[in-house]
Amino acid sequence: MRASLFITCYNDTLFPETGRAVVRLLERLGVELGFHPKQTCCGQMHANTGFRGEAFSQAKRFIRLYQDVENVVIPSSSCVAMIRDQYPGLIDELGSQALSKDFAALLPRVFELSEFLIDRLAVEDVGAYFPHRVTYHASCHGVRALHLGDRPYRLLSKVRGLQQAPLANVDRCCGFGGTFSIKNAEVSSAMLAVKLQDIVSTGAEFCTALDNSCLMHLGGAMHRQYAGMKTIHLAQILAATQESPAEATS
Amino acid sequence: MTPADLAAHPILDPTLAPPFPQAALPVLRNPQLRKNVAHAIDVIQAKRAKLVQEKADWQELRAAASAIRNHALDNLAYYLELFETRCTAAGGIVHWAADAAEAREIVLTILREENATEVIKIKTMTSAEIQLNPFLEAAGVNVFETDLAEIILQLGEGEPSHIVVPALHVNRGQVCEIFARRLGLPDLSDDPQALTTAARNYLRKKFLYIPTAIGGANFLVAETGSVAVVESEGNGRMCLTLPRTLITLAGIEKVIPRFQDLEVMLQVLARSATGERMNPYTSLWTGVTPGDGPQQFHVILLDNQRSAILGRAKERQTLKCIRCAACMNACPVYRQTGGHAYGSVYPGPIGAILTPQLMQMHHAQSLPYASSLCGACYEVCPVKIDIPEVLIDLRAQVVDQERKRGARFFDPMFLGMKISNFLFAEAWRFRLAQLLGRFGLRWFTSKDGWIHSLPSLGAKWTQTRDLRGLPPQTFRDWWATRATDAGKEEK
Repeated sequence: MRASLFITCYNDTLFPETGRAVVRLLERLGVELGFHPKQTCCGQMHANTGFRGEAFSQAKRFIRLYQDVENVVIPSSSCVAMIRDQYPGLIDELGSQALSKDFAALLPRVFELSEFLIDRLAVEDVGAYFPHRVTYHASCHGVRALHLGDRPYRLLSKVRGLQQAPLANVDRCCGFGGTFSIKNAEVSSAMLAVKLQDIVSTGAEFCTALDNSCLMHLGGAMHRQYAGMKTIHLAQILAATQESPAEATS
Repeated sequence: MTPADLAAHPILDPTLAPPFPQAALPVLRNPQLRKNVAHAIDVIQAKRAKLVQEKADWQELRAAASAIRNHALDNLAYYLELFETRCTAAGGIVHWAADAAEAREIVLTILREENATEVIKIKTMTSAEIQLNPFLEAAGVNVFETDLAEIILQLGEGEPSHIVVPALHVNRGQVCEIFARRLGLPDLSDDPQALTTAARNYLRKKFLYIPTAIGGANFLVAETGSVAVVESEGNGRMCLTLPRTLITLAGIEKVIPRFQDLEVMLQVLARSATGERMNPYTSLWTGVTPGDGPQQFHVILLDNQRSAILGRAKERQTLKCIRCAACMNACPVYRQTGGHAYGSVYPGPIGAILTPQLMQMHHAQSLPYASSLCGACYEVCPVKIDIPEVLIDLRAQVVDQERKRGARFFDPMFLGMKISNFLFAEAWRFRLAQLLGRFGLRWFTSKDGWIHSLPSLGAKWTQTRDLRGLPPQTFRDWWATRATDAGKEEK
């Protein structure tokens, strides 16, 4: 099977190790993975901050770049949610009928990573080994926009050596919210403090998620507070094997 | 205004209130308030979750409730006129108010005709929206709230922070202090039964001798011309039956087509609002019944920007709201800030979309940004209002306003959005920016590879979180190198 990796702007810049892990993981599973060098951003940040025209220009760019690929894999649920939930409205308002048609054809081929593994490749056991206690943070977009359900847990349960630590109030927002964390920095920090209490009290070594945006927020606070915990994208756990463990993370 | 002033006297007038991030500060620093809010909300949330879970057809109920509200809004003029006809035929008097000022004047005119200098009130958000109480007090009418939470706030000179549980931010000890001081009961204990007895004694006299009541409506039934009010304490039932004259103030969106629709609406409302299968008191009446209940019955139908909201494709769903407050109970932002920070009588997610629209986007522009867009509000909304969608749409309106004014051109956030859009238009530009960013951020990166302090907008991040320094190689560069290496190997 062939797939094209849309790495997303912030993973590309800030979390290249997640991208490398996706490559390692999917190639190990026999996927012929491509990477379109012209890709940049899905436009989520612009859309959510109110810059609709700018968001539309990114949306159009995304559709044109990927309209001919077999599958698009995106290791970020909020970017997938942007494409699924916000592109239609942007296209309705600012786009042409042709664009709308191309988007409709492309949309069923756009997958978040855990969706791609479970729904498209039909694998749960990806042959991973990660001998650590891990808690899973269910990002808002993963839970409520993509309805990922138990997919991440099923993937984690098949990882050898991994012990899952259940997280209380798992569907409560960590307070990141994109530019919300800047525009409402204090409220965002208060939400973060509450979330971090729940996460730290799991006693896990790692907090994982399908969104590095939440993890950047949580990890930034863990580092600031010497919380003795680390964050790691789920792709990096799934890519890790006994022979070649996960890359050192933050 | 200092944070301490704001904490003591929150401003709920959107034309005067400070922006949300600023108004939130005194609450965030107030452990008592935050504990009160979080505790109260967790209790309601748990009750709601349990009762929603026991309904196997909850999603179907939601869909039905949403469809009823949509249908009513799609045919609003028809159903309002039908309500007017049926209510008038049953002896009610229907008034139409275009805005808050008109509604207030209508109320005052009725009170003057009745020679009323005192009124009892059932909790109504619409009256808070039009700031009726201060207006009546200024006109020499004494207003007595009868809902327990509203009494606490009225006697304590506090402001509501929630639309169903307005004194949610006040705890038992504080209630005891207010009652002891204002009701002249120095020995009052904070035992819940003692507190409710104190309130009951205070109320009973008002119910018995004040012949004029003002209330709201949960639903207006077009088919029969009936009004429905749901409540928990029985004070509403007293206000609706004992007085000679009853004035009902209702937003025009409150209308539902058929009596039968109450079957769905009452099920979703009670479960969503208070986590009960059925609210303790449901009062339904149609016009006037000779010899039974109020003999003068007025309904004031308030527009106050609702028609304008109805005309906007994405925003019109705001009017589906049945004021259950499930959205604020589910909201992780509200859980930290409580209601006062929203600077409006409508707080929480629904307030964040409703208030700026009621203000025609001239005020409360910070509210659409007072959300992390986590979607919890939409998930629990019994009439399926996609609040995040409306929030984003209102954000776009705020940005468009700012674009027109040009006032924000040099604002770092504004500039950042424009520049990043330019960069994202071409991959080479983005790559160049990544490269420059890596060099630029090097100045701020500590030896441990982390950034602890950034200037300008970045400081908003680093005030509570670190940021990992930019890695030496972007993913795209790694991919390019890897492709080249693979090519070499093949040769």
